[in-house]
Amino acid sequence: MTYEELLESMVGIDKRIFVMTAENRAAIRNLPGKIGGNFIDTGITESTLVGMAAGLALRGNIPVAHALATFLTLRAFEFIRDDVGIPNLPVKLVGAVPGFLSDGNGPTHQAIEDISLMRGIPNMNVFTPADEQELLLGLPHIIHSPAPWYIRYNAMKPIYDHNNTFEIGKAEVVAEGKDITLLVYGFMFSETLKAKSILESKGLSVGLLNIRTPKPIDKDAVLFSALSSKLLVTIEDHFLTGGLFSIVAELLTLNRVAANVLPIALEERWFKPATLPAVLEYEGFTAEAIAEKVFNKFQSLN
Amino acid sequence: MNNLSETTVQELQSRALVVREHCIKMSTDGGCFLGASLSCVDLLNYLYSEYLNVSTENLSDPNRDYLFLSKGHDVPALYGVFAERGFIPRERLQNHLKTNDSIYWHPNRAIPGVEYHSGSLGHSLSVAMGVSMDCKLKGQTNKIVVVLGDGECNEGSVWEGLLVAAAHKLDNLVVVVDRNQFQANMKTEELIPLEPFGSKFEAFGWNVLGCDGHSYSDLHSAFSSIKLGEGKPTAVIAQTVRGKGLPSIEKRADRWFCNFSHEEVDALLNELHTQEKANIQSEVIIAR
Repeated sequence: MTYEELLESMVGIDKRIFVMTAENRAAIRNLPGKIGGNFIDTGITESTLVGMAAGLALRGNIPVAHALATFLTLRAFEFIRDDVGIPNLPVKLVGAVPGFLSDGNGPTHQAIEDISLMRGIPNMNVFTPADEQELLLGLPHIIHSPAPWYIRYNAMKPIYDHNNTFEIGKAEVVAEGKDITLLVYGFMFSETLKAKSILESKGLSVGLLNIRTPKPIDKDAVLFSALSSKLLVTIEDHFLTGGLFSIVAELLTLNRVAANVLPIALEERWFKPATLPAVLEYEGFTAEAIAEKVFNKFQSLN
Repeated sequence: MNNLSETTVQELQSRALVVREHCIKMSTDGGCFLGASLSCVDLLNYLYSEYLNVSTENLSDPNRDYLFLSKGHDVPALYGVFAERGFIPRERLQNHLKTNDSIYWHPNRAIPGVEYHSGSLGHSLSVAMGVSMDCKLKGQTNKIVVVLGDGECNEGSVWEGLLVAAAHKLDNLVVVVDRNQFQANMKTEELIPLEPFGSKFEAFGWNVLGCDGHSYSDLHSAFSSIKLGEGKPTAVIAQTVRGKGLPSIEKRADRWFCNFSHEEVDALLNELHTQEKANIQSEVIIAR
């Protein structure tokens, strides 16, 4: 089943679900005609898209609104904050090609502050699927949640068979590690999983937490990893500020937990636009580059 | 179309006078956007009394008519009308800017009758469009009305919404512009000219009507001639006067936000009834 097939079947059961788009149809191109008036394209109008979604939600509907992640979270930010956040309406915002997935588009299209912006809005939640399997696993929970959500859309083919128990606010504990715990969300999951194997081949005990919902964060899982490992590593295709590193730092501070933390993120820069593999190579986000950074950091601790 | 009877017009005018009193009483102890409120008193009074199918009886009926006050800073006029229509007790208006209630400078849904909060300009049109689309899809025949300020029409999201509403043939949607000729601190035509205003709406695919926003018979003939359900949304450009009813503040760029002394409020209430100009000493507040 694909993302749009799942949406189609959900609309078939529950007519309150509306599939909307600001003419960003890549993930839902086959839905017009299949779901009748429950498909609404507002044209290249992210602000109007979000406002209309709020209006539909005000009438008891569940709009699932699609746009490119940058335009959605940046151009329409005030509409999201004012018209979805303040009234706490169950609008689901789907940001396409977030993070590195914008590959060759350039900085205007790089949604690498989206987690920071969306989690900063009271009532808003954030779902960051690692791949298509997790996207489909989590989607029904997100759509039926009474809260507003930002979905960092990612339908890459999985390289890992996920734990099929999905619970909002719970991370997927892929492994626990006595030396290192890698914390990751979204698209970077796959490279991080491979980095874990590389580190293990060097004799290290490596945990991996897949942060399915950066908000609400799985506080217990993060704090447990901080107490049980010697090094925490946050890995994200996002600016250093406001994303997972910030979330972890806030949690540790609030709970008076001291830990060694290595953030791997984009520090004060946009990334080099290129094909996706070339971006990872250039920016040092391949499994090998991640493993090397983590290994060096771990060595420096001893 | 039936004309409004003379009795009805008199009733509307008496009610408007009371609503204006409510607005003036809110222009102290913190103040309010009095100029922008007084310009749309007659408009809101007419809509809630004669045009909209909404009352204390059907506030939560999905088939009711909806009004979205997009230029939210004129909320004293809305609350004044609500008090006179029985949506809220009149005494509640005395809670203006007090923390024991939610009566502040912009509308919010804690107040019965408010469909949606506003404050940031250029938002309510698209929200109303979502409501409009849902009502159409459900085969309802109710009306969705959005009140915009003329200054608010500087916002790009207004024009984006107008474009999309016409594309989706939202013919249960009525935009009313409170055309009081002023934006915050300036005359609209001196800063960002809007004229020819009506032809802009027409070019965007809307039906356009005009009226005197202080004449109940004129408001009635405009709103009675709106054709719903015929494929196009409608805009009514209501010509109004900022500060209407108080000659000492009418048409003044510097009387948008007002915070008067209690004595000045008394003098303005007297001015409302006698048209004898009050002696206003309070300093001009340039808001925004």
